[in-house]
Amino acid sequence: MTDHNKRIPTQHVVGFVLSIALTLLATWAALGSNLSTMWIISGIMILAVIQAGIQLFMFMHVVEFESKNGHVPWNMMFHGAVLAAIVVAGSLFTMSFGFTHDHDEEEHQYEQQENDDQEQQDEGEHEGH
Amino acid sequence: MQLDEFFVTGEPLIYAGMVSIVLVSAAILFILTYFKKWGWLWREWLTTVDHKKIGIMYILSALAMLFRGGADALMMRTQLAFPNMNFLNAQHYDEIFTTHGTVMIIFMAMPFLIGLMNVVVPLQIGARDVAFPYLNALSFWSFLFGAMLFNISFVIGGSPDAGWTSYTPLAGAAMSPGPGQNFYLMGLQLSGIGTLASGINFMVTILKMRAPGMKMFQMPIFTWSTLITSFIIVFAFPILTVALALMTLDRIFGAQFFTLTGEGMPMMWANLFWMWGHPEVYIVILPAFGIFSEVISTFARKQLFGYKAMVWAIILIAGLSFLVWVHHFFTMGAGAFVNSVFSISTMLIAVPTGVKIFNWLGTLYKSRINNTVAMMWSLAFIPSFVIGGVTGVMLGMASADYQFHNSYFLVAHFHYVLIAGTVFACFAGLVFWYPKMFGHKLNERLGRWSFWFFVIGFHVCFFPQYFAGLDGMPRRVFTIIPEWMPLNIISTVGAFGMGVGFAIFCYTIVYSYRYSERETSGDSWDDGRTLEWATPTPIPFYNFATVPHVDSQDAYVKLKEEGKTTFEEDELEPIHMPSNTGQPIIFMAFLAIASFGLVFEWMWMAIAGLLAGIVMMVIRSFDYDEGYHVEVDEIKRTERSARGL
Repeated sequence: MTDHNKRIPTQHVVGFVLSIALTLLATWAALGSNLSTMWIISGIMILAVIQAGIQLFMFMHVVEFESKNGHVPWNMMFHGAVLAAIVVAGSLFTMSFGFTHDHDEEEHQYEQQENDDQEQQDEGEHEGH
Repeated sequence: MQLDEFFVTGEPLIYAGMVSIVLVSAAILFILTYFKKWGWLWREWLTTVDHKKIGIMYILSALAMLFRGGADALMMRTQLAFPNMNFLNAQHYDEIFTTHGTVMIIFMAMPFLIGLMNVVVPLQIGARDVAFPYLNALSFWSFLFGAMLFNISFVIGGSPDAGWTSYTPLAGAAMSPGPGQNFYLMGLQLSGIGTLASGINFMVTILKMRAPGMKMFQMPIFTWSTLITSFIIVFAFPILTVALALMTLDRIFGAQFFTLTGEGMPMMWANLFWMWGHPEVYIVILPAFGIFSEVISTFARKQLFGYKAMVWAIILIAGLSFLVWVHHFFTMGAGAFVNSVFSISTMLIAVPTGVKIFNWLGTLYKSRINNTVAMMWSLAFIPSFVIGGVTGVMLGMASADYQFHNSYFLVAHFHYVLIAGTVFACFAGLVFWYPKMFGHKLNERLGRWSFWFFVIGFHVCFFPQYFAGLDGMPRRVFTIIPEWMPLNIISTVGAFGMGVGFAIFCYTIVYSYRYSERETSGDSWDDGRTLEWATPTPIPFYNFATVPHVDSQDAYVKLKEEGKTTFEEDELEPIHMPSNTGQPIIFMAFLAIASFGLVFEWMWMAIAGLLAGIVMMVIRSFDYDEGYHVEVDEIKRTERSARGL
């Protein structure tokens, strides 16, 4: 995909500038803008998807043809996705079970109740032994 | 900032450290200048991209770090044997166990193994260098500057003191103000660049640069373990990078990711840290398994028993290593279900590891063992590591872990796996491949002395710690109660035994340099099985004059049977080699300056260093150096003199 005879890799330079611009835009949205939280979060999500697209198409050879070792970039992306899933889902799994981190009153009470249920259950188990 | 805030003051031990640093640096500068060695140093070492020289620099640095971490360990053991002597106060003790752990894992174990990979892997697969030689040099310098940055913390600014795990909220700005924790963050971040680059480098090297004909399942087992380790590095290190960056934002720029206030989640640090930290454990043990496999099959003079099972076991261990991280913090209280899941995945790892133990035993079974020092380290590894592994399964049971957690039982366990696994492998590998690196063997008689002192010292030091742990002794305490005294004194005696073993090992290096017979053949142990032994000693800088065609496991065994060499005169062609470059060391020096600026929160320095780093990247982007060709005549001359033809 990359032409080694070309002096300036236009595509990579454009990709590099675009990814920096998108990052700055996201930083501004989070720190400097007056948008509501909802808009900031959805805005950043959209920017992240565009960012990922730029990385995949301009740097990560996603459109490259299959070689004799299989489709290497696709394999790597698959493994990357699995890892991302482990990090995100795994963190949610370990960090949210039995914890409350929400300061919202209603939910807090709900969680509290759930915890009480859990405790009762635990006590039941202890008696069982 | 006043000078007395910049330098650490008030500790006699640290003043002694400062004096010795100044004296040693002055001595080095004087020797280099007096013998006019500056040019030689720059041309031959600082600008080299040769994987063999980079490997040697990694190993020398790792030995220096082993000395530093070992000195930390002996100070801790002295304090615990004589708790009333006030040898170390609580603060100093905290700093020492923190630097001991960090130095040993990040700046000793990994660089030692990466050094051995650098020297050996390209030779084993019949390559003339790694895939990206420039990047390889960059990796080394990033590691060295990271290590130096971390190590100066004890005389400048104060060392980190929140443990090598650097748990928040203790490690956060509110509870650990000052530069100490910043040294941890920036030192690891800087050297992490190099580790990640090494991972990519070896992955590409092994996948793309094998000798013609060599299939994946014909690769030597150390190469296999390096490949899998590279995958773990590439997948795990970004997690550490992000976690370190987030904590840097917390500490230096006032963010609230891991703080107690501002809705931060302190335990998220532990979660992210161990998501990297557990795979990291396998990053330092899998190459060790590879080394033991090579040494055992060479000195048992047999093909490795169950090669394919071994490879699949490594792959399985690597996969599982990403699914067990919670067992490091069962007591966080994530609930019975979460703990059960991770308890089971943890115990699963014992299965492929057990398979490997039987592979080694199967290789040894009914073989004629050549009992060299390298083999002795490997033989000592098997039972010692099994003790570490079995106690690991005990720790893996979540409910039992509530008893063992943060006790000396844990300390004993991870020293049993890390020392009996990684450190024994480093010694075994260094002794085994030493003749390939330096052209002479290490003295076997002295090697045995250092082996016995170290191994016996190791067991005397750490075996009692299991019982100290069961008696309730917690880790990271600088004083103890009388009930724990006898066990601790035994432990300290053992630690000094290990120190003696290491000292003898260092003396062996000096002794062998002066008195050992120089190698004449490339196959130093006469039983070499893989391609590194097919090269002459000293290895020419291009490694292979002609790259052999490989169509079996243990390629060199077949080569010997067929009477072929890596110097087939009629097949010679000019060899394309990369040019040396001073860019990597300069680039990383700038990043080190930037990191130093961030440690002290001097933004002008950080920004200047980063800008200079970007300039270096631009320079690299417009660098059209395509390397050079070694002509056939020169190859002939080199090979003939190396092979004594």
